Amino acid sequence: MVSLLDIIGPVMVGPSSSHTAGACRLGLLARCLVGGTPERALLELHGSFARTGEGHGTDKALAGGLMGFRPDDERLREALEIIDREGLDYRFEKTTLDDDAHPNTVRITVERGDRKSVMVGSSLGAGRVVVTEIDGYPVSVTGNLHTIVLVAEDVKGSVARIATILSDANVNIATLRLSRKSRGGDAFMVIEVDEQPGDDLRDAIRGLSWVTWAFRLDKVSA
Amino acid sequence: MYRTLADAIADAEARGITLGRLALETEAEDQGRPVEEIRDALRRALHVMNGAVERGMEGDLFSSSGLVGGDAAKLRTGPPGPLAGTPFRDVLARALAVQEVNAAMGVIVAAPTAGGAGVLPAVLTGLAAARGIDEEQVVDALATAGLIGAVVAERASLSGAEGGCQAETGAAAGMAAGAATEMLGGTPSQVGHATALAQQGTLGLVCDPLGGLVELPCVFRNATGAAIALAAIEMALAGITFAIPADEVIDTMGEIGRNMDVRYRETAGGGLAATPTGRRLAKERLYDLKRKT
Repeated sequence: MVSLLDIIGPVMVGPSSSHTAGACRLGLLARCLVGGTPERALLELHGSFARTGEGHGTDKALAGGLMGFRPDDERLREALEIIDREGLDYRFEKTTLDDDAHPNTVRITVERGDRKSVMVGSSLGAGRVVVTEIDGYPVSVTGNLHTIVLVAEDVKGSVARIATILSDANVNIATLRLSRKSRGGDAFMVIEVDEQPGDDLRDAIRGLSWVTWAFRLDKVSA
Repeated sequence: MYRTLADAIADAEARGITLGRLALETEAEDQGRPVEEIRDALRRALHVMNGAVERGMEGDLFSSSGLVGGDAAKLRTGPPGPLAGTPFRDVLARALAVQEVNAAMGVIVAAPTAGGAGVLPAVLTGLAAARGIDEEQVVDALATAGLIGAVVAERASLSGAEGGCQAETGAAAGMAAGAATEMLGGTPSQVGHATALAQQGTLGLVCDPLGGLVELPCVFRNATGAAIALAAIEMALAGITFAIPADEVIDTMGEIGRNMDVRYRETAGGGLAATPTGRRLAKERLYDLKRKT
């Protein structure tokens, strides 16, 4: 369903909703995978992102997103100077991912402390984005809702246990997708929720013995 | 939100309310939020639009390639033409101003998109200033514009990569024409004709930016898009009707977009981008840009 505020909006730094606002949102999602501003990042640009990204400020928008700037933050314009000033090590490379990858796709490798993560995401137009891969697991995260992602051992009852924790925290599940690479291997869970999950909730999930890691991806849409 | 303008016009007329009011109530119901919250969000958008118009008028902004910038101010302070002193010239200046801000990585409202962001604020704020229309009426007009844009999104497309520039500045012209017609006292039915008149004038318009960047001709397409909207408003308020309903004109835009060669859909493979000068400028300016970064 199309919303009035999708048409009259978003408020954003120009020049392109797909190459600038969408790129910023992908950066915002990637930073969540390491729980804050990454100290090091490799941004591999594919397709139109690689071809026209510099002129559209895609590099600035991605870097700004990684530092937590929203799409309407004027600091995006100076994001490359800011990363230098802050001593952050972000590198941009042009690459060719799969032939069937969306033209506006980026693979982002982020490192912060001892945490390292790799995300593949695309900007679909009008500022809408989708994350298609996290640490090798195929996912579909749009950032339209708050999202919890976690890797756990493939144990029976894991979904029920997580659902109970969410329900106890008064957080409502909108969607839940479970995938795994093989039977008995790691299970990958992507849960979209209506309310913003707090740190205590994330820590409760992390405290489960069979959870390898869990992260919260904050809502990035307007 | 509505999927056809015809249904919206019929409902608004049956209830004796404006399309803007109908859009606000429908959105409030769709989103489960009070009407005032929707109006607050639109008012914030309007303030950003006003800010972009003012910022762009200063004339000191240029895109990173230097291909566009500084032209809005020329319409403010440059030599007069036949439209000097009219709202028409002021609207053209405002459209250039917003789009120059966009090209320089300033803050704008993508309405419906960043590439077509100059048309709607130019037409609404320009005509509101000329007629002394208060802010709340402009907020209502933004709701009308949103309804029209939502119908275009459902029936056709709002993306240059999908439908060419007719889906960006063309859709923006249709939205601006309908919204301003209502703001100036037009009936819901006149809003439909204004939308159809503006959209028909942009059918077939290709998206052919130099180097694939939202700069040239995008900045100027926003000014000419605003001009087409003004023509449609003038005709609709004079009682002129367009025999093909707005919904069918919008469908036509979608059909043309789907059949448009990929060269004309934001890829810089055809149109102005593929002219000898277009190719040379893209190579020189964008090559330099790459060496700089």
